[in-house]
Amino acid sequence: MECSAVRKLLTAAVDAELELRESAEVGCHLEGCADCRAQFERERALRSAVRSNATYFRAPAGLEERIRAALPSAPAARVAAVPGRKLWQWPQWPIAVGALAGLFAVASTIGLYTTLPGVDERIGDEIVSSHVRSLLADHAVDIVSSDQHTVKPWFSGKLDFSPPVRDFASEGFPLVGGRLDYVDHRTVAALVYRRAKHTINVFALPAPGRASDAAPRAGSTHGFHTVRWTRDGMTFWAVSDVAAEDLMRLVALLRAA
Amino acid sequence: MTDETQSRRFQEVALPHLDAAYNLARWLARSDDDAKDIVQEAFLRAFKSFAGFRGASGRPWLLAIVRNTCYTWLRQHRSAQLEVPYDDDVTGEALGADGFPEGRDPNPEAIFAASEDRRLFDVALAKLPIEFREAVVLRDVEDMSYKEIASVVAIPIGTVMSRLARGRRMLYAELTRMREGVSGGM
Repeated sequence: MECSAVRKLLTAAVDAELELRESAEVGCHLEGCADCRAQFERERALRSAVRSNATYFRAPAGLEERIRAALPSAPAARVAAVPGRKLWQWPQWPIAVGALAGLFAVASTIGLYTTLPGVDERIGDEIVSSHVRSLLADHAVDIVSSDQHTVKPWFSGKLDFSPPVRDFASEGFPLVGGRLDYVDHRTVAALVYRRAKHTINVFALPAPGRASDAAPRAGSTHGFHTVRWTRDGMTFWAVSDVAAEDLMRLVALLRAA
Repeated sequence: MTDETQSRRFQEVALPHLDAAYNLARWLARSDDDAKDIVQEAFLRAFKSFAGFRGASGRPWLLAIVRNTCYTWLRQHRSAQLEVPYDDDVTGEALGADGFPEGRDPNPEAIFAASEDRRLFDVALAKLPIEFREAVVLRDVEDMSYKEIASVVAIPIGTVMSRLARGRRMLYAELTRMREGVSGGM
C-alpha cells in the first residue's frame, strides 16, 4: 500500500474502524514506514488526550425532573388539567393539583440527593476497575451457583444489606455466581452474569443517605458500558463490554424482578 | 398504548441517555443555559415522534433529535456562528490534506503531557467549526462508532471519517498554537 492511500485510512485505523483486510494492509505498511507511523502516533496521542481531558458534560441536577414533569403521568394529574390542552406543552403546561404535589415531592427529595456528579465519576471508575480485575484474575466469583436460594444467603452472612438475586438463564443472561468486592470505601455485592461470551458484573451497594429511587443512567467508562440506578435504598451498577442494548435488557430484567 | 404506557416506555428508552444528550447540546451550543433549553425541547420532540421509534438503542435516535434541535436553535438565535470559516493559515502553516503539521515535536505525547491545563482541550475543541466539533465530540467524548455517528449526523460513513480526520488536525494545530502562546483567531 502507498503512503497516500494509507494516509486516507489513518483516522479509521486509529479508531479501529477498518475492515480486516484494510487493517492488515495498513498495519503492514506502518511497520515499514516511519513517516506514516509518526502520523499515526500523533493522531493516536491526540485522540487519547482528548478522551482523557475534554469535559463530558453531565446533565445538571433538576433537568431530569423537569423533563419527567413535562410528560404524561398519573391519571390524577390529567383530570385536574385544563381541558383541551395537551399535558406536555412546555412551558405553558398548567400546573395541575396532582402534578403540583408530585413536583413538591420531587423538589423535597432533590435536597436529599447527596451523591454529586464528581463522586459518581469516581465510583464509576472503581466499578469498571473491579470489573476488569475480575476478568483478569480469573476470579469472578466466590460462590459458584445460578441458584438464587444459594447465592442470596451466601451474601447475608457477609454484608449488612441484602441484594436481590435472580437468575435469568431463560432470557439469555445466566447467573454465574457472586462475590464480595470493595467499592467506595465499603464492601459491596457483585453478581456475575454471562451473555454469550461476555461477562456482566452487577454491583449492589447501599445508596447514600436517604437517596430516592433513580431511573437508569447509561454511561461509558474506558470503553465499557455502564448503567446505574437506585431502588429501595440500594444503588446498582451494571458493567460490561457487551452491546449496550443487551446490557439495557438485563437492567430491565433486574428492575422488573 | 395508553399515554402513561407510552410515557413510561419513552422514559425507559430515552432517559438513560440524558447525559449524552446534554453533553452534545452543551458542546454544540457552548452554553449551559442554552443546552438545558435545547435538551428539554429535544426530549419533547423525541416523545412526540416516539411512536416511530424502532430499534434497540435509544442513544443514536435521541442524539439525532438533539442535534437537529441544536441546529434549529442555533439558526434562530446565533446564525452567525454556523458559518464562521476556519482560517488554516493563521501561522502561515497550512494543514495539508495529508496530515498533522510536521515535527516540531519528535514526541507527540509531549504536547499533551502533564496536561497542565485540562481546560486547554475544552477551549481548543470549542473553537472548531461546528461540523468538525460535533464529529470529534461524538467520537472522542461520546465514544460512538462511525456507523452511529453517521446516523446521528445523517451523513455517509466516509464523511464521518474525513470530518473526524480534519477536526483532529485542526485541534492539534490549535493546541500547538495555544501551547506556544500564539492564539489562533476564529
